[in-house]
Amino acid sequence: MKKDSFVSIADCSKESIVRIIQKTEFFEQNPNQKLLEGMICASLFFEPSTRTRLSFETAVNRLRGRVIGFSDAATTSSSKGETLKDTIKMVSNYADVIIMRHYLEGAARYASEITDIPIINAGDGANQHPSQTMLDMYSIFKTQRKLEDLTITMAGDLKYGRTVHSLLTGMSHFNPTFHLVAPEELKLPDIYKQFLDKQAIRYFEHTDFSPEVINESDILYMTRVQRERFTDLMEYEKVKNVYVLNNKMLDASKDNLRILHPLPRVNEIAYDVDDNPKAYYFEQAKNGVFARQAIICEVLGIN
Amino acid sequence: MSVVKEKELQVAALKNGTAIDHIPSEQLFKVVSLLEVEKITTPVTIGYNLDSKKMGKKGILKIADKFFEEDEINRISLIAPCVKLNIIRNYQVVEKKLVSLPDELLGLVKCNNPKCITNNEPMKTRFKVIDKETVTLQCHYCEMKTKKEDIVLL
Repeated sequence: MKKDSFVSIADCSKESIVRIIQKTEFFEQNPNQKLLEGMICASLFFEPSTRTRLSFETAVNRLRGRVIGFSDAATTSSSKGETLKDTIKMVSNYADVIIMRHYLEGAARYASEITDIPIINAGDGANQHPSQTMLDMYSIFKTQRKLEDLTITMAGDLKYGRTVHSLLTGMSHFNPTFHLVAPEELKLPDIYKQFLDKQAIRYFEHTDFSPEVINESDILYMTRVQRERFTDLMEYEKVKNVYVLNNKMLDASKDNLRILHPLPRVNEIAYDVDDNPKAYYFEQAKNGVFARQAIICEVLGIN
Repeated sequence: MSVVKEKELQVAALKNGTAIDHIPSEQLFKVVSLLEVEKITTPVTIGYNLDSKKMGKKGILKIADKFFEEDEINRISLIAPCVKLNIIRNYQVVEKKLVSLPDELLGLVKCNNPKCITNNEPMKTRFKVIDKETVTLQCHYCEMKTKKEDIVLL
């Protein structure tokens, strides 16, 4: 069996992204498959994340695999000072694949270097959350029936929002045009702009969340300004309500426009948008289970 | 004092070994520690604050019977990029080398991200050199980039 960890979207080739999307589509149509029968999946959540954990564990269950693990490091030996290395080595003796969430950045990469079983990164601090990116990309594919040549607007926190950074990276294979809407304090960091420049990808920065930008877009990716990413709460109070999308703003938007949001939302999308057929964020979350089924099969080399 | 006397060698000549010249004085002892000179058992001459036409003050290291491997010597390129290496055999310089930044730095630089796994586990740091000209490093683990002026050696 081929061993292939899933740590960062930047490691994924265009081919593997397309393959995972095709698998995701298959699982959406046929969610219950006995592909993991007899297998044990470790679900190690060193930091609580109910949404991600339930989504992964549902994916394993739909594939008839068994789950072991923990949902909070407080109940494990890492609270006694055990190193990540020792925990991973120990669990590797029991499981066929490890799904892990950790509060430290780079934890999943390190884990993938100390074990022979595949590691799936379910989020490492503020660094990567590649399964979110796959479900975002599947949602884009499903609503647009293609990934190539789309105009994607990202609004909100482009500085700390790791889903934004990963989506930029993942979509970079498919000739996108990006509109980046953010306040000065939360603009996309230079290193990502340099990345876009290097890939010769068109992008436009705006501080104004204008109808012109929305009306050009195929995808509108809204993000939450996350309180926990701020050290200065005054700064947070200043920017938290800057970009709020309401139904009126969508009046002249394209028919194929779909609004995505990684959830949870706070108030960046007004509730009157929820009933608009262009709102896609709840279905987007549902795609998470199918995308995670596809990722688990991909790392285990199951076709 | 005669002119001849002024031209005298500031540090004794080496028969066989490596002479590392043009080390910025303020980096000399860092270079000494990076090259783990304290573990060397052959004679070592360390010249500090020597006069240099080019640099004002410079440091020199002369290490008898020691010939460094490429990756050993490239470690010092981070702090002293203009250093010159003279390989000496029988009092003659047989080869001159310039140091160059390697593609990857293992266990040499500290990651400045306090939430990086490398600052929380007993493990070696690992950086990719993503821009040799500006000396920009990227942590292999947390993916954070470090600019030249922010580099902290371990």
